[in-house]
Amino acid sequence: MTKDINILGIETSCDETAVAVVRNGTEIVSNVVASQIDSHKRFGGVVPEIASRHHVEQITMVLEEAVRDSQLSWDEIDAIAVTEGPGLVGALLIGVNAAKALAFAKQKPLVGVHHIAGHIYANRLEEDFQFPLLALIVSGGHTELVLMKDHGNYEVIGETRDDAAGEAYDKVARMLNLPYPGGPHIDRLAAVGEANIAFPRAWLEEGSYDFSFSGLKSAVINKIHNAKQRGEVLKDEDVAASFQESVVEVLTSKTLRAAKQYQVKQVIVAGGVAANKGLRASLETAFKQVDIPLLIPPLHLCTDNAAMIAAAGTIAYEQGRRSSLDLNANASLLLK
Amino acid sequence: MNILAIDTSNQLLGVALLKDNQVIGEVVTNLAKNHSVRLMPAIEKLMNEVDMTPDQLNKIVVAKGPGSYTGVRIGITTAKSLAWALNIPVVGVSSLEVLAYQGKFFNGLICPFFDARRGLVFTGVYQWQADQLTSVYEEKNMLMVDALEKLAEEGKEVLFLSPDIAIHQEAIVDALGDLAKIPEGPYHLARPANLALAGLDKEPGETHTLTPNYLRLAEAEANWRQAQKEKQQNG
Ligand SMILES: [Zn+2]
Repeated sequence: MTKDINILGIETSCDETAVAVVRNGTEIVSNVVASQIDSHKRFGGVVPEIASRHHVEQITMVLEEAVRDSQLSWDEIDAIAVTEGPGLVGALLIGVNAAKALAFAKQKPLVGVHHIAGHIYANRLEEDFQFPLLALIVSGGHTELVLMKDHGNYEVIGETRDDAAGEAYDKVARMLNLPYPGGPHIDRLAAVGEANIAFPRAWLEEGSYDFSFSGLKSAVINKIHNAKQRGEVLKDEDVAASFQESVVEVLTSKTLRAAKQYQVKQVIVAGGVAANKGLRASLETAFKQVDIPLLIPPLHLCTDNAAMIAAAGTIAYEQGRRSSLDLNANASLLLK
Repeated sequence: MNILAIDTSNQLLGVALLKDNQVIGEVVTNLAKNHSVRLMPAIEKLMNEVDMTPDQLNKIVVAKGPGSYTGVRIGITTAKSLAWALNIPVVGVSSLEVLAYQGKFFNGLICPFFDARRGLVFTGVYQWQADQLTSVYEEKNMLMVDALEKLAEEGKEVLFLSPDIAIHQEAIVDALGDLAKIPEGPYHLARPANLALAGLDKEPGETHTLTPNYLRLAEAEANWRQAQKEKQQNG
């Protein structure tokens, strides 16, 4: 029997202070997430300086809880993995500096991890990967299609040219006076509304796997404004349903086309918007028809967490990737 | 007893190691370079040079601000993570207090400060009394003109210590004339060995509760509180 690999992961790229321990890249040993969402709600979005302040207050407490929950000794922990980017730089810095201090204090290897690689590897905590695979990442900060031919090998084949899908959700939610974060509220309204407003779909050039949501966002805003001026009554539920239909249709159809073109064996959905019921339903229907297995992680692994960072870090560790003590936070790190 | 002192609260990057109250190593740079990239390598290099391993450390002292929010957080995060991992105490010392250590043999008032832009400074007033550094005016984020006006009313000699002395030197001399004492370069840079000394007789609190000494609310927080206040007054 080969020896287990236990990786401690740290994630602080946005508004969750998270630490986890993962065994062999597939099994969660402990997973602690301290969310700041209640603190940011009153501002209608994440305030970077306030996020950084919370991270520095929380970090050692979250570390302690995750290590205690793991019931492992430090001898059994093989390496420290940490999100080095992308994200809010001030927030990332807390995780990166905590990770470096731990790596030095405990004389452990340090592995920097890309946040999106983490989101993808959240799925491996549920089911092992089959290559080639296609990952659709949808969150407040990202909308990307990533092709993977092997572990640790990432090729971005499509990405957003303006807003991330989650960002568009938040802005439309604000127009409808829904509380932050707006995504789940729109999803809820959309479920009971009727998609009877024709909003545009941004397909971009033929064959492109890129996304664009700013046009859709403007169309929704204009529709609401114009209706108000004319004294027309728009049902919020219908606006939500029509907006969501546009987003979901573009995401589903591009993902499906890419999956066919690259003849992938698996499709993975990752990121906070993967929790969206409308998107899940649409993807499930589409991929059932073509018989390609679709993996969507459970809700607690869709949103930011450190188990996903430890899982992605395990592969990087096994492949011999190491970061040195001059590791820095990189707000616009590229996925390679 | 081995003590590691860390200061990244302002432009200066400082690391010091004390063994049985003797300074055995110190690293100081005063450059506009990235603390996050350079702090851990500086600690590692210094410890290698004095043949000390992390598990031989007994205590950590860190400059907890005021200063650059990001810089302060890098120092505190590193310090508390090290302390937690090594299961040793950590002490936070005000960055202004560390500067005031540089005026140990001055009898009058000591005014350390850091520039906080738009005429504002982070400052406090200290005095050495019977070998003890005591706080005369509590630390605040305030306008330099207001701080100087208050000091001028005292009619006493004041030693000014600050890496940002050049920005405010003229105003200081205008306000206090001969009562203002401004030493040359090196005194304005807080030596990490002084930070270690300042932390010697401070009682360490719980590691988890060590937080930066910002002296200022986050802007969004301040605006939000103001809006709440206005709402209450109008409603
Ligand atoms: Zn994320």
